Amino acid sequence: MIPELGHFALIIALLLALTQAILPLYGAQRGNFTLMAVARPAAQGQFVFVAVAFACLAYSFLTNDFSVENVARNSFSQLPEVYRFTATWGSHEGSLLLWVLILGFWSTAVSVFSRRLPEDMAARVIGVMGLISVGFLAFLLTTSNPFERLLPAAIDGNDMNPLLQDWGMIIHPPMLYMGYVGFAVAFAFAIAALLSGKLDVAWARWSRPWTTVAWAFLTLGIVLGSWWAYRELGWGGWWFWDPTENASFMPWIAGTALMHSLAVTEKRGAFKAWTVLLALVTFALSLLGTFLVRSGVLSSVHAFATDPARGAFILGFLAVVIGASLALYAWRAPKMITGGGFTWFSRESLLLANNVILIAALGAVLLGTLYPLFMDAMGLGKISVGPPYFNAVFVPLMAPALFLMGIGPLARWKEASLPDLATRLKWALGVALAAGLLLPLTLDGFNPWASLGFFLAVWIALTVLAAFRDRLRHGQGSAMRKLAGLPRSFWGMQLAHLGIAVGVAGIAVVANYSAERDVRMEVGSHAELAGYTFTFRGAAAHDGPNYRAARGTVEVSRDGKPVATLHPEKRVYNASGMGMTEASVHPNVFRDLYVAMGEPLDGSDGAWTVRLFYKPFINWLWFGALLMVAGGFMAAADKRYRIALRRREVPQHLAAQGA
Amino acid sequence: MKRWLPLVLFLVLVGFFAKGLFLNPREVPSPFIGRTAPAFTLPVVGNAGAPFSPADMKGKIWMLNIWAPWCVSCRQEHGFLMQLAQSGRIPIVGLNWKDADREAQALLARTGSPYVAVPDDLDGRVGIDYGVTGTPETYIIDRQGIVRLKHVGPIGPDVWQTKFEPTLKELGA
Repeated sequence: MIPELGHFALIIALLLALTQAILPLYGAQRGNFTLMAVARPAAQGQFVFVAVAFACLAYSFLTNDFSVENVARNSFSQLPEVYRFTATWGSHEGSLLLWVLILGFWSTAVSVFSRRLPEDMAARVIGVMGLISVGFLAFLLTTSNPFERLLPAAIDGNDMNPLLQDWGMIIHPPMLYMGYVGFAVAFAFAIAALLSGKLDVAWARWSRPWTTVAWAFLTLGIVLGSWWAYRELGWGGWWFWDPTENASFMPWIAGTALMHSLAVTEKRGAFKAWTVLLALVTFALSLLGTFLVRSGVLSSVHAFATDPARGAFILGFLAVVIGASLALYAWRAPKMITGGGFTWFSRESLLLANNVILIAALGAVLLGTLYPLFMDAMGLGKISVGPPYFNAVFVPLMAPALFLMGIGPLARWKEASLPDLATRLKWALGVALAAGLLLPLTLDGFNPWASLGFFLAVWIALTVLAAFRDRLRHGQGSAMRKLAGLPRSFWGMQLAHLGIAVGVAGIAVVANYSAERDVRMEVGSHAELAGYTFTFRGAAAHDGPNYRAARGTVEVSRDGKPVATLHPEKRVYNASGMGMTEASVHPNVFRDLYVAMGEPLDGSDGAWTVRLFYKPFINWLWFGALLMVAGGFMAAADKRYRIALRRREVPQHLAAQGA
Repeated sequence: MKRWLPLVLFLVLVGFFAKGLFLNPREVPSPFIGRTAPAFTLPVVGNAGAPFSPADMKGKIWMLNIWAPWCVSCRQEHGFLMQLAQSGRIPIVGLNWKDADREAQALLARTGSPYVAVPDDLDGRVGIDYGVTGTPETYIIDRQGIVRLKHVGPIGPDVWQTKFEPTLKELGA
């Protein structure tokens, strides 16, 4: 009964999405305010019904209803409750339902926070989001119904993929989707602006906070995924340039470029056509990511047993949505008048350079990801493109971008003075160069890549300081007052840039100074790594709720002093029989000690192969990313995005008094 | 014309994707089709009987299925392989790839075994000889010991009818 209710709710949601798409868009074109007014209630109603469907599916998972095929395939009676809930979005169907749910959430958010927009703009934005909802709901209902019944019902489920039974994976997909789908808002704003022909500064101001928030969520989603892979896959790696990872990284790069280009459009009225195109491309890449992961055209962890009908549907949808919007762009682009000019050295030109480099990097990642597909499609053979390619093209592109990042925020709009900037930043450059040369020596020997990384990290951090110093020099009052008075967008930007500095330092060290050993360990035997002594105390049986495990005990000491006791596990899950390595990590600010169990060795008492990793500065990477996320949210909360909202509230208040 | 460029590039991409949908990225053509299957001799799981070698199957058309207890897709095809074994259409040898003997033994004891023999390729060397990229993979080998077909991924009734049956008919089985 409950699954049928969920199915029915999805059908109603599709009808509401059709209403949300067609009536407001038509109304906006005709100037009919009654039809435009349909947008908000339809979007909110659609969200409610998708939420009902999602709750029904979650209920089926929580109550172990194995007569639902999706539940039988992806859950298990012994699975702990929290994973039974998260299994709701662990499958293909469930994750698409989550996609639509989050799209409904964003549409509703737009409907609530768009009161200050002109009515036709709001109607168009919500209408375009409705069109996207229609596509995904139709996809769910026709090819990927999550409520499909299984007759006769299964006695027990196949279990959730053990790799996904981790709390990093619980929040990774929702955060990632908040980012992917959040770019739909920027996309909808761009389409609405193209349709109305009103590509003005106000359009850029409306799009900015939405884009920044989506970007922050996507950053969080990506870093959670990376952190999960690091802990859960047992190889101690944090980025593999896997097609699935690239699928989320490409919209991130485009979104980063979009955020910066929107800044120029809002402040100076320049780059309008380019910004619109970026908004379209960013969302196109989000859809492309969904297509690549869900269709199996690329060899990845997800590929086998995918249904070609599903791939064809998403591809068709992608072709229609993005093809139509690019055609609209080509048709409308000549009408866009670009505002304020600028000289070759100005904040505009620096942000343009940022965009050019980011787009080049995006192209490189896209090419590397799709190259195997191109070759295969043209019958030129099977090849795979791996990390060496990506590292070889990505790092050299990013180095100049990071260097310019230090200068951009300090340069004036329209025309900056190079000699003036040089005087202001020469100390920062000197200190950064010295740090780049000397800091690697404090670690395990000189390494040119680490040196470059340190130089850039220190350079960015110092230019952030310089920006604060500039702001504090002017105006009156105490330093604390002035700091508190700085706009949140300024704080947000500096925080995010500082996050990049911290992250770059982390990458520079962990990529060049990590150490690892595969050792055979008998009970009581020792192994040395990076100055630490690891002592194996044997492995004992340890049973979890839905798995059996061998749980090792490894004592770590340094110079005779105990540092930590680690308990890595080797698990076998009851339902699937799948083996899993559960690494055990001892973190601190400067390094992780990471131990993973390999295989038990036959013929000797309790001996195992054990993998030991020393990962210096890895936590700087996660911390830097979190700073970027915090910076994004802070910038989006800037006052100037809310001023108009308050202005509208006042008359309402007065009206209430008058009545 | 410049403004049409994004659309044109996008349409080219869509063309490639459409083509890509009908390709299997894991289907790597085997250089062994039409050649003698690489020889090996391996102990069988549980040491139940003599070591297995492809030479033992001379004179028969047989199927070499590469699987592992930890492989989820292998479980998908397990039911179909059981039916196939019961029908007696073709003998199936299951190469246990890169896995401990006892796990395979325990699993087969629980789920039933469709195999006439289960050689144990613990270090994966035979897998390397055959160019195995992942499990499951399945080969059809003819009476003279020549590889006739390679399939990557799980086998179900559809794949069996469209891919395996025609090959078997050709071989006169």
